[in-house]
Amino acid sequence: MKTESMTSSERLSTAMSHREPDRVPFLLPTVMQGAREFGLSIQDYFSRPDLVAEGQWRLRARYGHDALLGFMYGAVEAEAWGGEVIYREDGPPNAGQPPLSGSADIARLEPPRVRDTPCLQKVLRLIRLLKDRAGNEVPVFGSVISPFSLPVMQLGFENYLLLLHEQPERFEQLMRLNEAFCVEWANAQLEAGAGAIAYADPVSSPTIIPRALYLKTGFLIARRTLSKIKGAVATSFASGRCLAILDDVAQTGTVGIGASFLEDLAAVKAAARGRLTVMGNLNAIEMRHWTPAEAEIRVKEAIAKAGPGGGFVLTDNHGEIPWQVPDSVLLTIADAVRRWGRYPLDWI
Amino acid sequence: MESPLDQLESALLSLDRVTVNRVLSEASASTLPLTRIESLIVPALERIGVGWEEGSVSLSQVYMSGRLCEEAVDAILPPSDDTRKSMPPMAIAALEDYHLLGLRIVYSTLRASGFSLRNYGRTDMNQLVDHIKTDGIRILLLSALMLPAALRIKALRSRLQAEGCVPLIVVGGAPFRFDEELWKEVGADAFGNTASDAISAISRLAGVLP
Repeated sequence: MKTESMTSSERLSTAMSHREPDRVPFLLPTVMQGAREFGLSIQDYFSRPDLVAEGQWRLRARYGHDALLGFMYGAVEAEAWGGEVIYREDGPPNAGQPPLSGSADIARLEPPRVRDTPCLQKVLRLIRLLKDRAGNEVPVFGSVISPFSLPVMQLGFENYLLLLHEQPERFEQLMRLNEAFCVEWANAQLEAGAGAIAYADPVSSPTIIPRALYLKTGFLIARRTLSKIKGAVATSFASGRCLAILDDVAQTGTVGIGASFLEDLAAVKAAARGRLTVMGNLNAIEMRHWTPAEAEIRVKEAIAKAGPGGGFVLTDNHGEIPWQVPDSVLLTIADAVRRWGRYPLDWI
Repeated sequence: MESPLDQLESALLSLDRVTVNRVLSEASASTLPLTRIESLIVPALERIGVGWEEGSVSLSQVYMSGRLCEEAVDAILPPSDDTRKSMPPMAIAALEDYHLLGLRIVYSTLRASGFSLRNYGRTDMNQLVDHIKTDGIRILLLSALMLPAALRIKALRSRLQAEGCVPLIVVGGAPFRFDEELWKEVGADAFGNTASDAISAISRLAGVLP
């Protein structure tokens, strides 16, 4: 087999410049799976950034994907604001009891300071460890929850939808606090060594709110926030659709967009071509029972639809591979990318 | 001129509470509450559910529509009203899942469609089994967002069978939408892609209960 001629950093950088690198870059977001390397529970694993760094390193050695994840669990941001985190043995930690019992609490809310918040410092240590080891060869991705989507964990989804629709002043007040926090948190990760930030904004997806509301809320918030983040940002909608707002998202200052399994990847790529790098869109829920043949077919389909011309990173459609997905499936996906993702894609 | 159903759907999607109430009150003079629900509210929520499935309607619109209809239905058909649809004892719950919006949407949709059901909210396995036994639940709706929570339904089914208490189970939520075989794997009796699918699922299951 032909040897790969680029480092992961070069490969991603070329693809994100909308040119064809040596092969399609890919990322298997195996955030929790490193716990198995040490025989630890997910909770114990995430308490040790040194082990998470080592776990990330081993998983990259196994799959050969093109980035390291300076990320542990989304609920870490709820935890930073005083929320409860609930661990389980077979999946990611979830946000439990929200830190705000209702919208009235917003008036006396103060954002956490990154330097004073142990759970965030734990993530920064992970990023530093990964960056020290990877140097410039492999990028480390950081992650933030958008100011617009964080209230799902701060208030609970139902309370947040009511705030969004019925209490515009309190909503704006919360957004100002969240924006300040998000910018500080993203920039701290960049300073620690993250090469780019994933901006998780599921509430902005047309799956969750209509475009008209997005234009008045999540869009403006993203533009304000991203303009203050001192590095590259890619936007993810965590399985939500994006096509209806893709042109708008391209104006927020982001460089990439997560594509949902619910949408045709070719249509997303056509709409994003030359403007946004498309990331997606393998179905990680279904992946749990893929046969080797199915895994290869899914990889080929995605590469055929979005690979030509660069501007594409193959990954799952949510940003996290479930604990239940067998290692053998992930290895098959990785092999299929190396086999079918080599440029030029003359087999299409 | 738009039909009352078109007007209601449009008002629900734009969160226009005044028009929702006007359309329902104009229809009220000549029809019984349950007829109004079945001829206007149920089809409007079904259309909105189909729109969400197809991607033209967002989840916030589905949620707010269900809420507006629930308010309107509670006004014309109070929860204790004997004319609410007669069904076997039903309940809805989220098993070991901390994401409750899907549950709330289905609960609102069913109540807005004239059904009565218990809402157990977030529960663990032991609490849920106790509730089901105590309340004699015959149809159980389970909402899940997280894959591990969806997979726990299989253990619930086994536990209920071991205790000789086997309600029919309807499941819904993101993992089931992303893996169309999952509902069978966890031993459910039906799966709903949208909240309004739950109406047809429970109506069908009620017909096969002994």
